[in-house]
Amino acid sequence: MGMNMETKLRDFHQARWDEPIIYELSREGERGILIPEVDEVMRYPDEGLEEIPQELRREAPPNLPEMGQMRVLRHYLRLSQENLGADLNIDIGQGTCTMKYSPKINDQLAANPKVSELHPFQSQETVQGLLKMMYETEQYLKGISGMDRFSLHPGGGSHAIFTIASIVRAWVDSRGESDKRDEIITTIFSHPSNAAASKLKGFKVITIYPGPDGRPDIEALKAAVSERTAALFITNPEDIGIYNSRIKEFTDIVHSVGGLCSYDQANLNGIMGLTRAREAGFDLCFYNLHKTFSSPHGCGGPGGGVVGVTEELAQFLPVPLVSFDETTGKYFLDYDVPNTIGKVKDFYGVVPVILRAYAWIRSLGEEGLKEAAKVALLNNNYIFKKILDIKGASAPYAEGELRMEQVRYSWEKLYKDTGVTTTDIQNRMFDFGVHYWTSHEPWIVPEPFTIEPTESYSKDELDEFIAILKHVANEAYTNPEIVKTAPHKSVIHHIDHDYLDDPEKWAITWRAYKKKYTGYFEPRKNRDE
Amino acid sequence: MKKIGLIVNPIAGMGGAVGLKGTDGIHTLEKALALGATPRAPQRAREALEALFKCINVDSLFYTCPQDMGENLLKVYTKNYKLAFPKFKGELSSSLDTIEAAKLMKECKVDLILFAGGDGTARDICSAIGLDVPVLGIPSGVKIHSAAFAVTPAKAGELAARFLSGKVRNLKESEVMDIDEEAYRAGEVKARLFGYLLIPWERNKIQSRKAGTMPSERAIQQAIAEEVVTNMEEGTLYLLGPGTTVKAIGDRLGIEKSLLGVDGVLDGSLIGKDLIEKEILKLVEQHKKVKVIVSPIGGQGYILGRGNLQLSPRVIRRVAKENIIIVSTPQKIASLHGSPLLVDSGDANLDKSLRGVYPVITGYRERMMYRVEA
Repeated sequence: MGMNMETKLRDFHQARWDEPIIYELSREGERGILIPEVDEVMRYPDEGLEEIPQELRREAPPNLPEMGQMRVLRHYLRLSQENLGADLNIDIGQGTCTMKYSPKINDQLAANPKVSELHPFQSQETVQGLLKMMYETEQYLKGISGMDRFSLHPGGGSHAIFTIASIVRAWVDSRGESDKRDEIITTIFSHPSNAAASKLKGFKVITIYPGPDGRPDIEALKAAVSERTAALFITNPEDIGIYNSRIKEFTDIVHSVGGLCSYDQANLNGIMGLTRAREAGFDLCFYNLHKTFSSPHGCGGPGGGVVGVTEELAQFLPVPLVSFDETTGKYFLDYDVPNTIGKVKDFYGVVPVILRAYAWIRSLGEEGLKEAAKVALLNNNYIFKKILDIKGASAPYAEGELRMEQVRYSWEKLYKDTGVTTTDIQNRMFDFGVHYWTSHEPWIVPEPFTIEPTESYSKDELDEFIAILKHVANEAYTNPEIVKTAPHKSVIHHIDHDYLDDPEKWAITWRAYKKKYTGYFEPRKNRDE
Repeated sequence: MKKIGLIVNPIAGMGGAVGLKGTDGIHTLEKALALGATPRAPQRAREALEALFKCINVDSLFYTCPQDMGENLLKVYTKNYKLAFPKFKGELSSSLDTIEAAKLMKECKVDLILFAGGDGTARDICSAIGLDVPVLGIPSGVKIHSAAFAVTPAKAGELAARFLSGKVRNLKESEVMDIDEEAYRAGEVKARLFGYLLIPWERNKIQSRKAGTMPSERAIQQAIAEEVVTNMEEGTLYLLGPGTTVKAIGDRLGIEKSLLGVDGVLDGSLIGKDLIEKEILKLVEQHKKVKVIVSPIGGQGYILGRGNLQLSPRVIRRVAKENIIIVSTPQKIASLHGSPLLVDSGDANLDKSLRGVYPVITGYRERMMYRVEA
């Protein structure tokens, strides 16, 4: 029997393998592949070695796990079964992250040996197809944003923000205003990397809170800007899903004091093809290809954070750009960027991600991109209505207004009524085979959760997710213990996050783990007793 | 073996149901009893103990007080307890017994004192042990303005169990507030900062790991202090208001800043400690440039009129709006859930003129623009 189609609740149980760390499985001398012996000359190549300083030379081979092929395979398959990935669950509970479907054909294109076997040092003559693909991707991104030039190099959203902060720094310095323009303004609901990257580049950070309508407080912006303002780093719509229709006023205010405006469009999904950074008055923007443009997000694989700028700022972009020489008819890696901030990534950037974005844009076309955004908006407002009908749930700010592609909700009432927290709800959702995320800190919205259905999920799937959410909220009122003690059917009951907060105790590497093992971590045999 | 102190103020909360807004003082209690009030604290303490015994997984020894101050409740759950003292000082229990019990529990080196009561009980314990022993309040009183209480009795029990089993290790200095009950009954709320207690502090169990590990509250206060001190101007009188965030500025300057008072600082030196309004006005008259540094007190976000009444309307008028420096940890701002910072100086016209958007120093080279309302 399959799931009950009436209640839409599955009798789910996640695999539980209690899988050890790969190093614990390692056996000395065990091999996956036996490589033919090489002769003495090959084994000890002397040439070049003398240039490496003595203290940098390894005395012993690196400590890598030693395992046969089947064991490696089983190890990773077991780990994958202990996950709830975007291909496995209705992954709309990770709002802000745009967990949409990445067509498998695009993965196949990216994995094609014609792409995967290319060497980064290959002559540019021999990679004209790849360069053309990158060049054309840039043209599409220019059309979508209204910007004049793009760098495809950054490997993720925060990397893109860091690139932008570096460009703002170079721009300020080039104008001889290094001591004067030292402030960057951002908002509390923009991604925290906006503040972090600004600080890293030596700017002071000013953060703006929303007004009662959920939009950033324009009066606060007016009070914040001055001749010290280097830039505004802002998102729209912000993570709470409310569109700031006065965005042009914001950029005008910053421009009036001579500052730049950067648009954090990591998640473009709600306005793709519908509004553009150019018309909103921005000088810089970036997109996460792994949110909106068909690459798996987060730990699903490497990402891409493409940065677009106006003509005036193109002189600062990282090198190389991809340009086209009309006289020779060739594409080439263009290092002729007069005030470049330098390199932000090796070689070509993350080629498979760029290729997936190219394929996705080509397959949808202009109308398709707009349609994707509109369906994402429709799906979200459908689910928005359904969630507001659940007892204990609410959506703070802008009451009665529709939302964009996501909503930040609150269980404040449910918590007051029952003592059940959003974290408890999260743990219980796992028992029905779906992932649910609370929200970014700080929790200005009490007991928050953020749902972003994107355009990828069918109405049936949205209804299934809602049924689970409704069921769990109902449990909070009728049987709170089962929620508070969840998960009951997941891989592990509770992960103690305190390990991650204490420098004395965290272990990022196996070596650190071993060093601290007998201190904080109990040896495995004791733990099992 | 963990040692836990349990103090129940059996009369806490009795005034609330009969509209008396508190039960401090014997006469009020008599009035409450005459009006038919029934004890509230025992039931609240029971809920907390219920949760505590459900969750606790370490051997534990309790120290408590006789009869309805703890023993009657505790003996239902465990035999492992000792009495701090055999009988009350008077016929009925009183605040003197609370103070005595807290002191004795400190001597017995308990790991945590769990108490059921309200702001008055918190104040008694604070006066007895200060920051020497971790404490957690089971909210049972009429007035809960202090930050030393868990949100609900059950949460108090759960948090206590997690703290005792070592799952929660952070401790936080939390404000003990008290309002003047006489004024409260007359319809006025004037909370003042009485002192600080050390409470176990649990960050949300599952964090957004994307945001990385947040620095401790102390580290953020030090960063704020660094920012303030870096920008201090020569020849300007700084009036440092109460609270731990402002005290960190004193620590950075190497001066003995009073925790609860208003101190004067000039060119890095302390020139007046725990000043009263008159002394502040005198100092202000002597200096051409004056700035005042305040921090929101308690959960409601007051920057003036709670805990710093010495910074009177006359002082603030003289100092002027643009010379008010607000400092706060970002967590404290976040805990307001979007409500504005507040002023209640006692002068409505002044309060009105102080409204607006202010920069709030939240870290080193970090500010937030935040609204102040009257």
